Amino acid sequence: MDTIKKITKQQLFLPFFCLLLVLLINLIKSPTFFNIGIQNGVLYGRLIDVLNRGSEIAILAVGQTLVVAVSAGTDISVGSVMSLSACGTCMMLAGYGVNSTTQLAVPMGIGILFGILLGGVCGCINGALVAKLKIQPMVATLILFTAARAIGLLLCNNQITYIRYEPYKYLGNFIPGCPIPTAIFVTIAVIIVVSIFLRKTALGLYIQSAGINSRAARISGINSALICFVCYVICGLCAGIAGMVASSRIYSADSNNIGLNYELDAILAVALGGNSLGGGKFNLAGAVVGAYTIQAITTTLLAMGVSTDQAPVIKAIIVVIIVVVQAPTFKEWLSNSEAKRRALAAEGGQKA
Amino acid sequence: MEQNELIVMRDIVKVFPGVVALDHAQLTLHKGEIHALMGENGAGKSTIIKCLTGVYERDAGEVYVQGVEGNVYNHSTEDAQRIGIATVYQEVNLCPNLSVAENLFIGREPVTRLGTIDWRSMNKKAKEIMDGLGIKVDVTVALENYSLAIQQMIAIARAVDMDCKVLILDEPTSSLDDHEVEKLFDVMRDLKKKGVGIIFVTHFLEQVYAVCDRITVMRNGGFVGDYSISELPRVKLVAAMLGKDFDDLASIKPEGDANISPEIMLKAEGLSHKGTVKPFDFEIHKGEVVGVTGLLGSGRSEMVRCIYGADRAQTGKEYMNGKEINIKAPIDAIKKGMAYLPDDRKADGCIGELSVRDNIILALQARNGMFKKVSRAKQIEIADKFIDMLQIKTASRETPLSQLSGGNQQKVILARWLCTHPDFLILDEPTRGIDIGTKTEFQKLILQFAKEGMSVVFISSEIEEMLRTCTRMCVMRDGEKVGEIEGDMTQESVMSAIAGGEK
Repeated sequence: MDTIKKITKQQLFLPFFCLLLVLLINLIKSPTFFNIGIQNGVLYGRLIDVLNRGSEIAILAVGQTLVVAVSAGTDISVGSVMSLSACGTCMMLAGYGVNSTTQLAVPMGIGILFGILLGGVCGCINGALVAKLKIQPMVATLILFTAARAIGLLLCNNQITYIRYEPYKYLGNFIPGCPIPTAIFVTIAVIIVVSIFLRKTALGLYIQSAGINSRAARISGINSALICFVCYVICGLCAGIAGMVASSRIYSADSNNIGLNYELDAILAVALGGNSLGGGKFNLAGAVVGAYTIQAITTTLLAMGVSTDQAPVIKAIIVVIIVVVQAPTFKEWLSNSEAKRRALAAEGGQKA
Repeated sequence: MEQNELIVMRDIVKVFPGVVALDHAQLTLHKGEIHALMGENGAGKSTIIKCLTGVYERDAGEVYVQGVEGNVYNHSTEDAQRIGIATVYQEVNLCPNLSVAENLFIGREPVTRLGTIDWRSMNKKAKEIMDGLGIKVDVTVALENYSLAIQQMIAIARAVDMDCKVLILDEPTSSLDDHEVEKLFDVMRDLKKKGVGIIFVTHFLEQVYAVCDRITVMRNGGFVGDYSISELPRVKLVAAMLGKDFDDLASIKPEGDANISPEIMLKAEGLSHKGTVKPFDFEIHKGEVVGVTGLLGSGRSEMVRCIYGADRAQTGKEYMNGKEINIKAPIDAIKKGMAYLPDDRKADGCIGELSVRDNIILALQARNGMFKKVSRAKQIEIADKFIDMLQIKTASRETPLSQLSGGNQQKVILARWLCTHPDFLILDEPTRGIDIGTKTEFQKLILQFAKEGMSVVFISSEIEEMLRTCTRMCVMRDGEKVGEIEGDMTQESVMSAIAGGEK
């Protein structure tokens, strides 16, 4: 009993529990969900699909977690920034105004680097607005939320730019000879780099201190504003990387659709991971698990034949339930009502 | 109730969870009188006022108001206003984007026959009111275009025009300059002549003697006395506020002799921060313990915050070990070997959700910089060392700081600074809310640090504590450093220095 209590008290318990629950429902409803096979030399199956398609959300969730922790607010521009990064890369690779190309204008590496850095620049803008000018995160990032897509369209001369160059498709699909989707590697790489950075430097401590009590952090010698800025830049870079993956999947820059509504999924992932949206302590692993939970829900619904238009409704209901279950108020209420029941039972026993 | 009494409050009790905020407090206000309500922070001044104006409901006691039958219970500020009690707070509670006239008549605008607002008569009446108070303003201009003083005056005008008999001014002068204060006083004297009773809450002693007729002193939620201004000279007022009678004051000598080296550790010239401290000079030797004294709100905390860079100094220069230093933010001060234990532990000290260990190593880590992380093993070693040395009572070093008691939290914050091995340590009220035993420990520690060559600035509301540890004291009054005392310091000499020259 004690060990069970210990396990359930872990911060990561609920995110994992929710993920398992979603998977369990799948197991009952459609046993084929867990089938993994090999087709055309690559892994194939719903589970792989969840891991693959969940990559963008997971990458975004990493950056979003830091932003939430340090500023008790959310960066709602990440989806649009993804699209801007993709457009920037495609514009570089194809050349301005070119609709479709098989020949790259610049080496692919430079194009991708440009796209990721574009995300970083967006992060700088958000960071400056929030950290220096003390604008509410939601309002500050609303600017790029609306503007970034439009800028992307400008970069691509108002059209969808196709990069018909085989290696450009690797990032979002498969590298020849490797059966695992490349996006999974990218996600793992992002998570590892960020967690090593947090572990090896004092950034994690700084972020939490600034997020919990920025005045006290400042008195203790931490430049709270700079730390906040850095988090937004990291978030921007993550959005840039996610944009690369999304763009590579469709080997083009579709400014209107890349990363559409992804900011909401990323924020949800952070919350599902047991992180308080009020800032302070954070748990990166929880957010990543949360991201895959969301993807699992989406994939499940589609697998069950719910139409793409209707899926968000059911997704919303599931998410509300998960969030409510995790809420401290709900837990308190639960334990209170249990205590009441026990008291009632004890009273009843006495009467009897 | 006598004829000229406006308000009589007797035996007021107000209990908040865990604290008795008012313990049989009383207050009597006469017609045409300016009545000062004095006491240190937490003495219960605001609470008794809030009990009168209906913000809080009292738990026991009687309130009588002239012209109202029986014991009065106000359930809201509107109730209080209806029987003629108006309040003007420190922050102006008006709408800055509306015109002066609109602010004066908001909620009771004159109406034309058609039911629309009668702008012409409203502006005319507003003009009359402001002229009556001797204030020249264009009543059609938005309030935000006028200085805070004028805004405050308009708030008062609004209160007066609503037929108030009692006007409560809760620290109205804290954001005003001398000239503006004078103007406010003129208005107050004018109202007094019209028979309005004014309750005036302020931290500034000078102002009390400039304008008030009577003083009620409160301490720890209780009533100390109701004096006329002539029978209570400054020193006695301070003694009453601090709870010391001069007859009982035995002089306490510092324990252990001073061990001050001639080397100057830190020197400040003309430092100031707008609105909180006027330019001051300061000097501290190696191994010296200097006290900064003054009433709460006298600028003593602001002075050290300015030295440390918590509030960036706008003028002046600082030298450390003879070299000029440029302090832009606390981190600069930390790198130069300063440490600052803030008086507002909760807001400026604790990172509540983080562990005791994280809290202890925070400043050390900040000084090292982000990329030189203090290793986990080292963190544990430091945390354990200080938990042991300061006898911090905590379940473990990984317990969140918020779960510790106040005194132990304070020790953790002290540990945060001690582990950076500062040369110059500022302690602002380190012993507030700490039990007696721990207090003595703190004092011993301070003396020990000084012996080891550390320079310490020590601020405390308890004068005995400072007498025991300090060899010299800077005296602050109304945001200004008014002098220093050293040598034979007694409670009496310190208190008269705090109170300032008698008039």
